[in-house]
Amino acid sequence: MKILVCISHVPDTTSKINFTENDTKFDTNGVQFVINPYDEFSLTRAMWFKEKQGATVTVVNVGSSATEPTLRKALAIGADDAIRVNMEPTDGFLVAKQLAEVVKNGGYDLVLAGRESIDYNGGMVPGMLATLTDFNFVNGCVGMEVDGTNVSATREIDGGNEVLSTSLPLVVAGQKGIVEEKDLRIPNMRGIMMARKKPLQVIEATDANATTTIQSFEKPAPKGAVKLVAADNVDELINLLHNEAKVI
Amino acid sequence: MSVLVFADSSEGKFKKTALEVVSYGKKIAEQLGSSVVALTINAGDVSELYKYGAEKVVTVSNDSLNTFNAKAYASVIKQVAIAQNATVLIIDSSINGLYLAPIVAVGLEAGYASNVVALPGNTSPFTVKRKAFSSKAFSNTVITSDKKIIGLAKNSYGVYENSVAGTTESFEATVSDADFGVKSEKVERVTGKVTIADADIVVSAGRGLKGPENWGMIEELAGVLGAATACSKPVSDLGWRPHGEHVGQTGKPVASNLYIAIGISGAIQHLAGINASKVKVVINTDPEAPFFKAADYGIVGDAFEVVPQLIEKLKAFKAS
Ligand SMILES: Cc1cc2nc3c(=O)[nH]c(=O)nc-3n(C[C@H](O)[C@H](O)[C@H](O)COP(=O)(O)OP(=O)(O)OC[C@H]3O[C@@H](n4cnc5c(N)ncnc54)[C@H](O)[C@@H]3O)c2cc1C
Repeated sequence: MKILVCISHVPDTTSKINFTENDTKFDTNGVQFVINPYDEFSLTRAMWFKEKQGATVTVVNVGSSATEPTLRKALAIGADDAIRVNMEPTDGFLVAKQLAEVVKNGGYDLVLAGRESIDYNGGMVPGMLATLTDFNFVNGCVGMEVDGTNVSATREIDGGNEVLSTSLPLVVAGQKGIVEEKDLRIPNMRGIMMARKKPLQVIEATDANATTTIQSFEKPAPKGAVKLVAADNVDELINLLHNEAKVI
Repeated sequence: MSVLVFADSSEGKFKKTALEVVSYGKKIAEQLGSSVVALTINAGDVSELYKYGAEKVVTVSNDSLNTFNAKAYASVIKQVAIAQNATVLIIDSSINGLYLAPIVAVGLEAGYASNVVALPGNTSPFTVKRKAFSSKAFSNTVITSDKKIIGLAKNSYGVYENSVAGTTESFEATVSDADFGVKSEKVERVTGKVTIADADIVVSAGRGLKGPENWGMIEELAGVLGAATACSKPVSDLGWRPHGEHVGQTGKPVASNLYIAIGISGAIQHLAGINASKVKVVINTDPEAPFFKAADYGIVGDAFEVVPQLIEKLKAFKAS
C-alpha cells in the first residue's frame, strides 16, 4: 500500500496570535511551528499500517522552505520520504489542487490528512482533494481498518459514531480516535539522525487560481472582566444569567 | 439568480441550524436583491421554513438518501443549485455540513468559506468574517469566484422569524451508484441525551471533580437546565467520561449560548474549543485559575458545595 500523509505546518497551540502589516499577515515572531495536531494522529495511523501491514509512507506539505523542519520531524517519526510543493498556501482550494497533482503522479492508494488545520480552520482540503482525484472520502475519521482494498472506517457524528464501508483509493481526514493520544510518536535520536538522510523532494506548483483571499485579520473585542459572585449567593448567579445574560 | 440554503433535517425534523441558515439566507438575499430558496432532502412538512423567510422550498424525496451520504447529498445540492441558478449557497458548519460542502465547492467550481460568523461585511467584493486560529482571531475572507459557498458557524447569526407566503417545488434528483462509494453500515448514537453539537447549554467538568463517581451532580445540573454534559481532556483520557464529551482544541468545539465550566483550569487548549460560546460561567476553588480571565461570570468556590446549591436553586427558579 502506498500512503500519502498531508502535513500542515501550524503555530503551536499555545502561540500568541498577533498580526502585522496592518493586520494582513500573521506575526510569526517567536512562534513555534509544529505538525498540525490532527495530521499527527493520521501520521501515526500511517506508521501503524507501515509496521503492521506493510506500506510506504510519504509525507507532503504545500509551503515555503520554512516548513521543511516540520517535514523533517515527520520523517523522524518514521515516514520514508517527503515532498514539498513550493508555494505559499493562501487558499484551501489551491492547496487541494497541488495535492491532487501529487496524488495523481504518485499512484497512492490511501491519502491521510487531518480534519482541519488549527491555524485557518478551513476543514476543506481533504474533501476537495478527494473530489479532484475522484477518490472515496471519509471525514472526521475516528477509526479505520484496511483489508486488501476494502476499508471499514468510523466517523464522528453529532451524539455518536457512524460505521462506514468503502474501498481504496481513499482520502481520510482523521482526528483523535484514528489512534489514541498515548500512541502518538515522538521522534527519538535515531529517528532524527535518519531523517537527515531521507529524501525531501521539492517540486514546483502547478498553475491554479485561488477562489478566496484573506483581506485582513482581526481579534475578538477585549472581554470585560469576569463578574464574581460569592459562593454562598448562587441566587445572584441565577439572577444574572436570567436577567442580564438572558441565557436561562 | 438566487440564494440557495441547504436546510438539513433529521427524521423529518429541522435542526436549529437549519432555521439559522434560512434566517441568514433571507438576509443575504435582501442584501443582494435576490430571493432565497431552501433545499430539503426527505424532510416531510416544510412549512416551518416559510416562517424563517424561505420564499421557495425545493423538496427532494429519495429513499436512497434516508441516511446522510456526503457525496450523494453533495450531488443533489449541486443539481438543485444549477437548476435554481444559485450564485450563493449556504450550508451549516455542522459535522455533516463540513463533510459535504468541500465536495459541492469543487463540483460547482465555487469558492468556499467555512466557519463564517456574520453576514457579509461587503457583497462586492464578497467578504465574509470567519473563525481562525481556533477562535482566537477572525479572518476577513473575500470569495473571488462567481459562485460562492458560505459555511455558517452554529449560533453565530441566530434564528429570526420572518414569515413569508412560500411555495414548494419538488425536484427529481439523479443519484447514481458512483455516489455511494462510501456506504453507511451502522449509526451508533447515544440516545436520550442532549448532544454537545445541538445544545444551547453545556455543563462541563474537569479534573477538579476528583473522580467519575462525582459526576452525578453534573448530570443532575445538566438535567435541570436541559443541557449537554462535557468534560476536559484529562477527564476523558482517564476514562472518567466518554471520549465524545471531550471538548477543546483536540476535542469537540462548543458554540453554545451558555457554557458552565466546573473544576476546569481553563488551559489554552480547552479554551480554544469553547471560545465561540456566548456566555461562560466558571466555578473553581482557585481564584488564579486562567478560566476566570475568559469567563463572564465566576464563583470562587468548591464545586462540591456550590453545585448542589445551584441545582436546588435552579429547580426552584424553573418551578416559579
Ligand atoms: C496538544 C495539546 C492539546 C490539548 N487539547 C486539549 C483539549 O482539547 N481539551 C482540554 O480540555 N485540554 C486539552 N489539553 C490539555 C490542557 O492543556 C489541560 O491539561 C487540561 O485542559 C486541564 O484539564 P482540567 O482543567 O480538567 O484539569 P486541571 O488542570 O487538573 O485543573 C483542575 C481544576 O479544578 C480546580 N478544582 C480542584 N478541585 C476543585 C473543587 N473541589 N471545586 C472546584 N474546582 C476545583 C483546580 O483549581 C483546577 O483549576 C491539551 C494539551 C495539549 C498539550
